[in-house]
Amino acid sequence: MRAEDDRKALEKERKRWEDTTLRKAVESLPERRKEFVTTSSRPLKRLYTPLDLGVKTDEERLGKPGGFPYTRGIHPTMYRGRLWTMRMFAGYGSAEDTNRRFKYLIAHGETGLSVAFDMPTLYGYDTDEPEAKGEFGTCGVAVSSLEDMRLLFRGIDVGEVSTSMTINSPASVIWAMYLVAAEERAIPMSKLRGTIQNDILKEYQAQKEWIFPPEPSMRLVVDTFEFGSKQVPQWNTISISGYHIREAGATAGQELAFTLANGMEYVRWGIDRGLQVDDFAPRLSFFFNAHNDLFEELAKYRAARRIWAREMRDTFGAKNPRSWLLRFHAQTAGVSLTAQQPEINIVRTTVQALAAVLGGTQSLHTNAYDEAYQVPTEAAARIALRTQQILAHESGVANTVDPLGGSYFLESLTDELEDEAYRYFDRGQGAGDCRRERLRRRRAAGTRTASSERGVPEGPGGTSPAHPADARREEARAVPRPAPQGLRRRREHDAPHPRRRAGEGDPGRNHRRDAGDLRRLGGASPLLR
Amino acid sequence: MIPIAKKIRVLIAKPGLDGHDRGAKVVARALRDAGMEVIYTGLRQTPEDIVEAAIQEDVDAIGLSCLSGAHMTLFPEVVKLLKKRKSGDILVAGGGIIPEEDVPKLKKAGIKVVFGPGTPLRDIVAFFETAGKGA
Repeated sequence: MRAEDDRKALEKERKRWEDTTLRKAVESLPERRKEFVTTSSRPLKRLYTPLDLGVKTDEERLGKPGGFPYTRGIHPTMYRGRLWTMRMFAGYGSAEDTNRRFKYLIAHGETGLSVAFDMPTLYGYDTDEPEAKGEFGTCGVAVSSLEDMRLLFRGIDVGEVSTSMTINSPASVIWAMYLVAAEERAIPMSKLRGTIQNDILKEYQAQKEWIFPPEPSMRLVVDTFEFGSKQVPQWNTISISGYHIREAGATAGQELAFTLANGMEYVRWGIDRGLQVDDFAPRLSFFFNAHNDLFEELAKYRAARRIWAREMRDTFGAKNPRSWLLRFHAQTAGVSLTAQQPEINIVRTTVQALAAVLGGTQSLHTNAYDEAYQVPTEAAARIALRTQQILAHESGVANTVDPLGGSYFLESLTDELEDEAYRYFDRGQGAGDCRRERLRRRRAAGTRTASSERGVPEGPGGTSPAHPADARREEARAVPRPAPQGLRRRREHDAPHPRRRAGEGDPGRNHRRDAGDLRRLGGASPLLR
Repeated sequence: MIPIAKKIRVLIAKPGLDGHDRGAKVVARALRDAGMEVIYTGLRQTPEDIVEAAIQEDVDAIGLSCLSGAHMTLFPEVVKLLKKRKSGDILVAGGGIIPEEDVPKLKKAGIKVVFGPGTPLRDIVAFFETAGKGA
């Protein structure tokens, strides 16, 4: 009764203010626009008050930092205990070139490594494959062999530093190279810390660097969960990424919803494999964009933590609180950078980085100002890193846990984003159920053909579709398209590349030895049979 | 009889392994809205695929988009193959993250124009409109 009276009093007071003070102000100076919206076109109110907060108590909505539902952060002390990891995404040219850039960044105070691989590596091609023509080392480092991996980390203590690798389709292979390169230096797998991106779902949705169809790809992902949970316990076996979805044009709400929906899909596949949710869920990590609209971004991170904690505990029955924690990396929005007047990108990046920090990120990459038109120079990468250091050491924002928590605006926006995400989940649920049902029926009917195992699309007249939508899709496949001719992927049994046929292989490479090294890993794992 | 103007046909293509397709799609849509017929190849096309599609589709011009840095290899290769197939009359434009110093080299290799980040869509439309005139 008391709460209701309070609410009525607040409403009355607001009405009074609107009718007197506000009306006078607007009459003498009209507002700049009729409607104010966020970067994601979300309409905003003029003013937020306790009346916008709904019926939940602060305890339900926020909890305490380090406590369920983790809205205010995953650690009780946040950056007072330890600053976020300053992790600059870097990679170009050969392994030697990138090794130099890593050492440069470490020398300037970087606290974690993050590898950008070139396009052929991301697609699992060797540098000397015809498909890789012109792409060597242009937007990342080329790693075609174990020897390249050794060179990439030469002189860097991989037992101490944590390494994030943006690699997806070939993630299991690249990770195996990293583990072997570390093993050769007598660093046990149990000591290694880092992340493989390994998020194949967002490749189909946004980033496009997939090799295999979804089902076998998901099998590989779950293989790494299984291997990691047993052998590399401190490794994040996936970084479930909204970044690319956002860069491809999603709104903040869509980024939040699709990323978490993907996350839950991985959890379902892990459980379907027979894994205990608490065995692999603590090693799931996330990756979000840090875009222009400060408060909307902040609300996104906070809503993400709250949704994940609730879904993991209540829907998936995780008992270990570490399974409930949404730990994330953030990167400032590449898409917001301009090639014209590039120096103002430094300011944009600063505001975006501030959002990530106020939002409680675990690690951060700040874009270099010249990324709109080239691979960053050393000087530009240094400014980007210094931006983080200024936020950490000079701005004061790292000295208080969740300094904006309790803001009427922020809390209301957080609730709104959370609701929006659940609306997307509800819409997506139907589609997801169909897909799972289809797989179940195919499995039950034993119609998973050799061609689908190999990843070749089944032609018409192959398996019979179990679902009307499948039938439509099969039909669409049967219609010849005026597609470009001659597109095909290189296969093992194709004639060897001329350079290799002539016996002029990379002198630094020993394929046989590398294969042996990688096979030894396989002994411990279903990953490398 | 009312003369029926021949519509300009354009192939928008993504050579190489680059997956950044927002720019290509935005351009494809702008050209379509300007009344042209636009064919989009989708991702991961080799220069051979692109030339084959251009000839089969009988286009007036090709717009190549590449943001991975492989443009110096892939763009000239398309022009070379077009000439080889006696289709050198098809105009070729390039776009993407292309450093300024590469632009003269690309032009020398037969790329008519290079559109960098921030190019107004009307400039791109204007260029492709000239493609119809020559036909």
